[in-house]
Amino acid sequence: MSKESLAQVFARAKSEKRAVLIGYVPAGFPTLEGSKELIRALIAGGVDIVEVGFAYSDPVMDGAIIQEAAEVALRNKTGAKEVLEVVSSVSVPSLVMSYWNPIERYGVKEFTEALASAGGVGVITPDLTIEESGDWIDETERNDLHRVYVVAPSTDDSRLAKVANKCSGFVYAASLMGVTGARNSLADSASELVARLRKVTDLPIAVGLGVSTAEQAADVAKFADGVIVGSAFIKLVLQAPNITQSCKNVTLLARELSDGVRQGQVG
Amino acid sequence: MERIELVGHFGPYGGRFVPEALIGALDELEAAHNSASKDPEFQRELNHLHKSYTGRPSIITEANRFAEHAGNARILLKREDLNHTGSHKINNVLGQALLTKRMGKKRIIAETGAGQHGVASATAAALLGLECVVYMGEEDTKRQSLNVARMKLLGATVIPVTTGSRTLKDAINEAMRDWVTNVSTTHYLLGTVAGPHPFPTMVRDFHRIIGIEARQQVLEMTGRLPDAVLACVGGGSNAIGIFHPFIDDSGVRLIGLEAGGAGVESGKHAATIVGGTPGVLHGTRSYLLQDSDGQTIESHSISAGLDYPGVGPEHAYLHDIGRAEYRAITDDQAMHAFSLLSQSEGIIPAIETAHALAGALQVGNELGSGAILLINLSGRGDKDVQTAAQYFGIPL
Ligand SMILES: Cc1ncc(COP(=O)(O)O)c(C=O)c1O
Repeated sequence: MSKESLAQVFARAKSEKRAVLIGYVPAGFPTLEGSKELIRALIAGGVDIVEVGFAYSDPVMDGAIIQEAAEVALRNKTGAKEVLEVVSSVSVPSLVMSYWNPIERYGVKEFTEALASAGGVGVITPDLTIEESGDWIDETERNDLHRVYVVAPSTDDSRLAKVANKCSGFVYAASLMGVTGARNSLADSASELVARLRKVTDLPIAVGLGVSTAEQAADVAKFADGVIVGSAFIKLVLQAPNITQSCKNVTLLARELSDGVRQGQVG
Repeated sequence: MERIELVGHFGPYGGRFVPEALIGALDELEAAHNSASKDPEFQRELNHLHKSYTGRPSIITEANRFAEHAGNARILLKREDLNHTGSHKINNVLGQALLTKRMGKKRIIAETGAGQHGVASATAAALLGLECVVYMGEEDTKRQSLNVARMKLLGATVIPVTTGSRTLKDAINEAMRDWVTNVSTTHYLLGTVAGPHPFPTMVRDFHRIIGIEARQQVLEMTGRLPDAVLACVGGGSNAIGIFHPFIDDSGVRLIGLEAGGAGVESGKHAATIVGGTPGVLHGTRSYLLQDSDGQTIESHSISAGLDYPGVGPEHAYLHDIGRAEYRAITDDQAMHAFSLLSQSEGIIPAIETAHALAGALQVGNELGSGAILLINLSGRGDKDVQTAAQYFGIPL
């Protein structure tokens, strides 16, 4: 059975009048095998698309929770080889989330080829600007990989159009100005940003940063095509005594969030 | 080779590798810098501060007794240590603080390693009525506790950073996280010629005054240009400031001295160009210390201000095209030069600066007595008394 494409996942969700649920786990956290188990637990709870994080020593877009997970993954000596191994174990469409330097160091051509053969469908690059993307665009096209850039509430309309134009698969809209981390309330900036994006792109739009509860997921699902959750899952793992309990808790949260994304869209 | 100056790039180096959230602020900063550099009123205000606050122009001191250890070459010291706050850092800080006001922002954040840039930032914030938050690696707050107290006395908030290696690199990460969150009200007053465009160009422009003054002063003193210009290189701001006005003088060698720590071969060093490889760190492409997975390797140096695994992109380019040369100076070589300048000239340099002085000892001996060497004496050593006393076994 071959995996669905990103477009098929978004289309199916749309026909079911719901948003797509996207879950993030860094490869190698809490261990290499543990990260594969967590991903299976996410999928068991209803996650549609998986972001496999490539841990990096200087993650400037990440708050304390993901930083801690990245430090664990780095202590476990998680590099490109391990990231690709985790990607190849995922049964739903998966993208790699990576800061730029590990990709550049591995080689843009080599990384995109290796990711495509591992079965990955794309890459989210939080610190790569479109101006620095020359080779990246060529090589991701050549290997049929989606390129996902992250736009922010501060991105002005003309730049939104330019960045969205270089995206494929979906556009990642940061819900607020800040770094990753679970937050109690969702900023109005998210819906405003999505509304501005709709005017410049037909691609699906997924919202991330700070979403941690079913209620927030339902809110986001009212105006976005996808809901991205990372820190809330990682936090459960950091708090659990072992991987079995981590997986149980992660599945429970995924189930709640997956109910959430089904409550939001009214028609 | 011809120098290519694409906006924001130095050959293959420089550029912007940052979250999209910061692009608007970087564009705004670039525009403010461009308009300010053409605005006579802004220039007048900055020059007034240079003269009446910093104490510019800084003088040149000829180090005759030190020269005896440097092959009897003439040793000319550009005294940035005599600037208010004790180092070159104030040149850039005053420029950026004025730009902050021009952009209508009221809060500045800064990273600091040795504490010199933090102190300079806190000083400018006090002078211009800005709120100031300084991020400093926890490790560095211990090495440079005197400067932590200075910043607090000046009214700044110092936040010790406990992530990663707890040094300058992690302080920059935390400052970037703050900036992403508070960018509409806050200017990130970066302290060196690294980071995303426009920082490498803008910070260089604010430090060019060092080289512009020195070039004129050396011509007046000696009737000719120096044979070599030397400076220590952490992020590279004092070095590019003194190098840049000499770049078109092809007969003048430009020599940057990096922190060799326990020796480049030991792996415990901060010699980014001598011992690193090209890559991306903190928003710019340049040389950096990294492993085979592209993870940043922690740097090591006795000098907190040079203890950084990256370097400004223009230095990477000047190195690659052969216009500037870079050498590594070990902790021991630097401390030898530190004590030599203190005892032969009565000038206690910053340990950062001592790396440039150790380079002068080498180059002086290579070129001999006819040569003229211009050295950027980037800072004074008061902040380093504790470290130096410990190194030399002087009880405190
Ligand atoms: C006196 C002095 N010199 C040099 C440096 C290194 O910085 P840069 O290479 O940007 O001049 C520092 C940094 O703190 C410093 O305090």
